[in-house]
Amino acid sequence: MVPVLLIGIPLLAGLIGFSLKDVAAKKWALFASLLVLGVSITGICLPPSSKALLFNTPWMMNSLGTHFALGMDGTGQILCLLTALSFPIIFISTWKEQYKNAKNFFSLMLLSLAGLLGVFLAMDALVFYFFWELALIPVYFLASQWGGERRIAATFKFFIYTFLGSLMMLIGIIYIFFQTTNHSFSLAAFYDAHMHINSGTQAWLFWLIFIAFAVKMPIFPFHTWQPDTYEQAPTAVTMVLSGLMVKMGVFGLLRWLAPVLPMGTYMWGDTVSGLCIIGMIYASLIAMRQDDLKRLVAYSSIAHMGLMCLAVFATTDAGIQGVLIQMFNHGINIIGLWVIVFLIEKQFKTRKISELGGLAGKAPVLTTMLVIITLANIALPLTNAFIGEFLMFSGIYSSKATTYNVVFTVTAAITIILSAVYMLNMVQRVFYGPANARTENAVDIGLNEKVVLGFIVLVILILGVYPEPAIRLTQTAVESLLSKMYVKP
Amino acid sequence: MNSIITSAVLGVIMMFSGIFLKKNSSIVALAILSILLLLVMAAMDLSGYHFFPVDTHNMLDFEPFGLLFNCIAFSCTLAYFLLNGRDIAAIGNNPGEYFALIFFVLCGISIASSFSSLLMLFIGIEIISIPLYILTGSDKRNLKSNEASLKYFLMGAFSTGLMLLGIAFLYGASDKGSFFLEDLALGRAAGSPMMMTGLILLTSSMAFKVSAAPFHFWTPDVYDGAPTVVTSFMATIVKAGAFIAFIRLFANAFGDIKPDWRIFIAIIAVCTLFIGNITAVFQQSVKRMLAYSSIAQVGFMLLALLTLNTYASEGIILYTAVYSISTIGIFAILVRMKDFSFEGFNGMARQYPVVAFTATIFLLSLAGIPLTGGFLAKYYMIASVMQIGSWLWLVIFALLCAAISVYYYFRVIQAMYFKEGVAQHLEISPAFQAMLILLALIVVLLGIFPELLINRLYIIYV
Repeated sequence: MVPVLLIGIPLLAGLIGFSLKDVAAKKWALFASLLVLGVSITGICLPPSSKALLFNTPWMMNSLGTHFALGMDGTGQILCLLTALSFPIIFISTWKEQYKNAKNFFSLMLLSLAGLLGVFLAMDALVFYFFWELALIPVYFLASQWGGERRIAATFKFFIYTFLGSLMMLIGIIYIFFQTTNHSFSLAAFYDAHMHINSGTQAWLFWLIFIAFAVKMPIFPFHTWQPDTYEQAPTAVTMVLSGLMVKMGVFGLLRWLAPVLPMGTYMWGDTVSGLCIIGMIYASLIAMRQDDLKRLVAYSSIAHMGLMCLAVFATTDAGIQGVLIQMFNHGINIIGLWVIVFLIEKQFKTRKISELGGLAGKAPVLTTMLVIITLANIALPLTNAFIGEFLMFSGIYSSKATTYNVVFTVTAAITIILSAVYMLNMVQRVFYGPANARTENAVDIGLNEKVVLGFIVLVILILGVYPEPAIRLTQTAVESLLSKMYVKP
Repeated sequence: MNSIITSAVLGVIMMFSGIFLKKNSSIVALAILSILLLLVMAAMDLSGYHFFPVDTHNMLDFEPFGLLFNCIAFSCTLAYFLLNGRDIAAIGNNPGEYFALIFFVLCGISIASSFSSLLMLFIGIEIISIPLYILTGSDKRNLKSNEASLKYFLMGAFSTGLMLLGIAFLYGASDKGSFFLEDLALGRAAGSPMMMTGLILLTSSMAFKVSAAPFHFWTPDVYDGAPTVVTSFMATIVKAGAFIAFIRLFANAFGDIKPDWRIFIAIIAVCTLFIGNITAVFQQSVKRMLAYSSIAQVGFMLLALLTLNTYASEGIILYTAVYSISTIGIFAILVRMKDFSFEGFNGMARQYPVVAFTATIFLLSLAGIPLTGGFLAKYYMIASVMQIGSWLWLVIFALLCAAISVYYYFRVIQAMYFKEGVAQHLEISPAFQAMLILLALIVVLLGIFPELLINRLYIIYV
């Protein structure tokens, strides 16, 4: 019942939202997203074996052999929690933003929430594919309608990239479908299918499916849509894109690729890891030269996602656990960063780092929050990201799946240093130094923003000092995932 | 048999309606009532009530597949009349005759969907084609319409010649000298040079009728030149009807020698997908873009012809239904517009939110986005090819083309929603909007519950 509610509430609320008044739609969206948050917390508190976490009904059975199967297991849980938590944060932090046709904006946001949750809950490959696309369409409309100047071209590039990727994935899904024993799309059948697919086939099948996830994450060289789209989309949508949608890629990798095609994943591990490394270094170097805050955060996100992908292909329990925890933490941290970018842009009408400066004296609360979130983003100890990145690094280092584990660990560690360089440099230039004409009359943030940023900082610190709950929540998921992946003895 | 006789009689009635009914609106009303009657007759046929026990000497074979398609074609025509009836009557001075010609085309479609002899195929295709030549040129004072009509007629006559030649070859190749499909399928001549020649000639002329590349050159000009209402009918119901005949021909006559001709169909499919999609990208007029997109859609349908398995027969029923509904919906809006360029759609969402929204659903369906019928239709086509294996390259090619198609379909959506501009004035009644919403709902419904349609294939009444 829980999964149905999780998808049904935002879906219905979104459809109803189109008929509301603009002012009411905002409150309606917040109300619906809080309701979703409540349901998802209930789902996590229920025992893992509870029947309420599963839902299964025949759908298109006669013709296609698919079930509308949903389930909330360990991997899905943590992402559902992140998604459900993020939307209220996004709504509250951008509360003062005025949108034209606000009712359409908030309804589409709710529809994308439904799509995202569907992706994380789907237990049937075709249902997964449906939601995968369903999450994309509202975001396309959101970014194209309410975005910046070059929004149409940028968003369209994003759409074509992801659509092409998902079409390739569709071919892969259908191929595996015909290899399953009794022609079924269910997750269980997919997990057994690799026994009927020889490793040569797995090798090319891997790329068909991987491209979809690689575009979404994004992995070098499929990343070129990302900085433009992040820059042009309205900040609320950028938060959805970077905090949640990129996680769809990692999640897909963990649930629908690595366990489904274990040999293919193993064989291409080094290649993909190499791409991840190139992407991480490349994105970090570009991030150092960015003057636009949004683009800086966008490139830093590419670097972080590369590390997560790298850790997945290391196939060690520490690595996978690190990925699961880091997906949650990265989502929270990057939304925090976007909130701050949003506040700066709203107040000073610019995102250029060179045009800002000296905010620390005028806006001490904002500065404190930003510094903490920045430190979390570069994974300093006692922040939430530290535990995730530490686990990932130890996972990559101890990996038996590759002979280059040391090289990967060292080069990946260099990007952490680079990230410290560009993040701290940004803090220094935006918040310290002399104030200029633009920032002279800066005012500190209001109550709304204080609450939101305070909450994010609280999560960062609590999970940084006491990561036990996150580790416990992901423990079973890691074991079951790893048991299906190919681990070199 | 119900639909063949009823449609022919109704056609004659419509022809004389001009004498008794003076007002356009009453002729439109009569046409709508007639098509309703025809639809009921076809549905009764499907449910096992046959009113006309005519002995056709096995030249016609009424299977659920063909009968179901008749129902789809007539339902689409009903929707077409409800949306654009007024516009059909407004083409020229003889409103009754336009409807009469449409009913004759429907008669041809009902023959073409149930033939089991090559002669009946020929008659069916000709009954479809000849009224269309007239309809294309029905805007008598428009030079483009005349040109299109002449071009269509000349090319059509040529392809008819090819078809006759092909039929003659097949007749000669068959053991008993027979026109029946089953004799061709069972005969010793299967795969002989003479039979292959006939097959290729017949395929070429059928490819012409469904506008598959490289026999598509007439399509853009004819679709562009013909009055927009007529284009809507030609690009959807007629094309789907011809395609069903194509499928029937290959399934019943050449189903056993698939390896002999598969590569031939595959080449046609690749050309059609490629030319249709690439050329559509460069169009400046939405009407011409839709003409090329209809070529591209045929490319996808050809995948069903390639495989001829369960997925194919289920999928082609869904495909024709969804494609026809979506395209009729788009054209219904286009008919009311004066400026067919992409810029003509600018700012539509603000002034006509319902029209823009439904058009978006139709375009998403044509592009094959999930939750619309268009996705599942394409899905069936792909799955049918995947099932027979070893044609993976074709699937990948088709999907790359589908990704290209997103570009030109989304250009219209972008213009409607994201581009600023003052939309041109559209004459739109609440009933018209309600009809569009109904069609959009059907498209979405078929995207979630395709069984509603597909299961009808398996309910057989004696």
